[in-house]
Amino acid sequence: MNSLAGTGTLLRLALRRDRIMLPAWVYVLTAAAVSTAYSFGRLYATAAAREQFAAGMNTNSSLRALYGPVYDASLGGLTAWRMGAFGALLAGLMSILLVVRHTRAEEEDGRLELVGAGAVGRRAPLTAALLAALSANLLLAVLVTAGLAVLGQPLGGAAAFGSALAACGLVFAGVAAVTAQVAETGRAANGAAGAVLGAAFVLRAAGDSAADSANSTTGRLSWLSPIGWAEQVRPFASDRWWVVALGLLTACLLAAAAYVLVGHRDLGAGLLPQRPGPANAAPALRTHLALAWRLQRGTLYGWCAAFAVAGAVFGGVAGGVASLIGDNRQVSDILRRIGGQQAISDAYLATILGLLGMVAAVYAVQSVQRLRGEELGGRAEPVLATAVSRTAWAGGHLLFPLLGSAALLTIGGLTAGLTSGASLGNLPGHLGSLLGGALVQLPAVWLAAGVTLALLGLRPRWTSAGWGVLAAFLVIGWLGPVLRFGRPILDLSPFTHLPHLPGGAFDLQPLLWLTALAAALAVSGLAALRRRDLD
Amino acid sequence: MTTAITVSGLVKTYGRTRALDGLDLTVAQGEVHGFLGPNGAGKSTTIRVLLGLLRADSGTARLLGGDPWRDAVELHRRLAYVPGDVTLWRNLTGGETIDLLGRLRGGLDQDRRAELLERFELDPTKKGRSYSKGNRQKVALVAAFSSDVELLVLDEPTSGLDPLMEEVFRACVAEERERGRTVLLSSHILSEVEALCDRVSIIRAGRTVETGTLAELRHLTRTSIEAELASVPTGLAGLPGVYDAEVRGGRLRCQVETGQLDALLRQLTSAGVRSLVSRPPTLEELFLRHYQADGASESGGGAGSGGGSGGSGGSDGGDRRDEGERVRP
Repeated sequence: MNSLAGTGTLLRLALRRDRIMLPAWVYVLTAAAVSTAYSFGRLYATAAAREQFAAGMNTNSSLRALYGPVYDASLGGLTAWRMGAFGALLAGLMSILLVVRHTRAEEEDGRLELVGAGAVGRRAPLTAALLAALSANLLLAVLVTAGLAVLGQPLGGAAAFGSALAACGLVFAGVAAVTAQVAETGRAANGAAGAVLGAAFVLRAAGDSAADSANSTTGRLSWLSPIGWAEQVRPFASDRWWVVALGLLTACLLAAAAYVLVGHRDLGAGLLPQRPGPANAAPALRTHLALAWRLQRGTLYGWCAAFAVAGAVFGGVAGGVASLIGDNRQVSDILRRIGGQQAISDAYLATILGLLGMVAAVYAVQSVQRLRGEELGGRAEPVLATAVSRTAWAGGHLLFPLLGSAALLTIGGLTAGLTSGASLGNLPGHLGSLLGGALVQLPAVWLAAGVTLALLGLRPRWTSAGWGVLAAFLVIGWLGPVLRFGRPILDLSPFTHLPHLPGGAFDLQPLLWLTALAAALAVSGLAALRRRDLD
Repeated sequence: MTTAITVSGLVKTYGRTRALDGLDLTVAQGEVHGFLGPNGAGKSTTIRVLLGLLRADSGTARLLGGDPWRDAVELHRRLAYVPGDVTLWRNLTGGETIDLLGRLRGGLDQDRRAELLERFELDPTKKGRSYSKGNRQKVALVAAFSSDVELLVLDEPTSGLDPLMEEVFRACVAEERERGRTVLLSSHILSEVEALCDRVSIIRAGRTVETGTLAELRHLTRTSIEAELASVPTGLAGLPGVYDAEVRGGRLRCQVETGQLDALLRQLTSAGVRSLVSRPPTLEELFLRHYQADGASESGGGAGSGGGSGGSGGSDGGDRRDEGERVRP
């Protein structure tokens, strides 16, 4: 076991370095699950109220796409429904960041070289990272189980729910272990594993929205997704432990693959050999704009592809959604009275476009954060020591949150329009209305980017708080409608104010003032950036 | 003389720490100016103010006749900067980075670029992430030296270079001087400063403590004297500026302030000089004196072990610089 020498020390090092971050992740996830259960207990105090709520949810395919189907109307069952997909997504994200941070990112920064020169085996760093992920997910499972049990839920269901989340986390720890071997940089390893996570979420959402609620058979797509598995454990309903085992088995297989890969490469190298690049810059690489494009284009391409796939998948199931709800006489009667079958699919599509808008905001904030990354990494200094003003430098990068997010929403809207038009008919009409519905998201996306830019200029050390503000927007958008947040809280998120298109009434006014607010934030951020010291 | 850089009374504070505390610096056009000081003395802060990256709290700074903060973009067309710790874009090759930085400055000389790549033995096809520290430094140096600019601002530019490359660097700076360009060179390598710089400024704790040519600076410190005399010298103790005099028979060892050298020699010749070794202060002595002076406790460990400029430590530096002038009567 020479290749594992030093694993214990490395594990302690990893846990020491993450002593704030890991407990914070586990705490937030546990707190979200427990407070969701608590809120449901207060909002729907009687079993009858919960049954009615569950029935309503199961007939609404757009909400099902977001949260998955309700399998059990107990407090625990509703919590598992509400937090299942979301919690599994977050557990996966936590595990990816954790594993990459202690493997590829360490290697890339050269710290692993220092460690590797000690009495440390070849497989020790990977093993330590996986053990750290295992500890975090086990802790999550135990705390979620305990939290729900304390609220009086059956222990078996609580344990199944906690384990379902942890199993999904471990699958993505395995995915990250593999991408960390293949990719050469931590950023690329995170990106590749994150793409798998995103695909898993989209597959699950598409599968769930297409599922027939009446007899609870899930669309086959959900079974392709580890996040779908977390739901399929069906905690509190049937506690299917074999699905948890399926996740654990997959995690083990992925880890084994990573171990095979780690034996086949040099320290610091990826699996793909490094090729020499051009000795001279292309003639076009001569301005700060060209540099910004060069630095940000890869990320933009990746996001574009993701939006194309997500739009196509969500749009494609729109036809199924309309016909499924049509089967439920009570609901479809109501909906038909409001606006006919058209209204059903429109409501679904509007929800999906709103979801795309929130995800585009993640891209926008990320691309603003890139400026801070360049500044702190010392790469802004050489550029600003040439004939490039700060405004020009920042402006070059800011084209991405401004226009890149517009490109993402255009692509997502168009592919959704193509597939929904193909399944529902009226292709040109769908293309136009879905493109419009996607583009109305932009002012809210820009506002999130504007907040981050204002922080970057005025309070540079707080730039990453832009993520916190965005997270607040997303939580309000995600939890608000179901947990019945008050109007003042809902109004805090710019996404609340957007018209719901297609189907809803178009209102120009909120778009104008959101855009004006975003512009004001951006201008004040840029003005402050010009005046402040560079870090 | 026309000045390329004029800084006076520059103050920059970060919270309670005063990084710059009334710093003065004058760099004449066409000179290579050494900018010296212990770690944390404020060298990089000064350079970042001159580049318009930081804004000074008070004091004035002029660069190539302009205001470094207000006219930053215009001034940057006329200067090139090499930071002490170069970070490159991971997915751009060295060659791409050189071209890009040159173009952002307003163009670069392709022949000179090719020649410098050759001289620095730099492979321009490697990606930024795969260069070692020294090679990253070379990328920035090639970009700076192949740009057509009036002023080069070099902040510890040779950190990480091997001795051969250090030689190439010195040759390049010498060429820049011949072309009439001004160079501000912040450095810790004393031999480099001695070989390249016309004038130096020494700063400590955000203030300029000494400025002038090396010859002028030497003047301010003590020369060590060893003499063999025909008779036992008298009256040495009464001479101002003579320290640690040690007389054994006809042999004398002492330290003398360079300004008092003449008076001492008069005294010695009257005693009859048989042989004389006078050693000018080494740069190390010069710098250690300024680096440590009245702040010995704060600079602490590392620098302190070298011994002060005065006292018996004077002979320590001697083996480094053995070109002591021998005078025989």
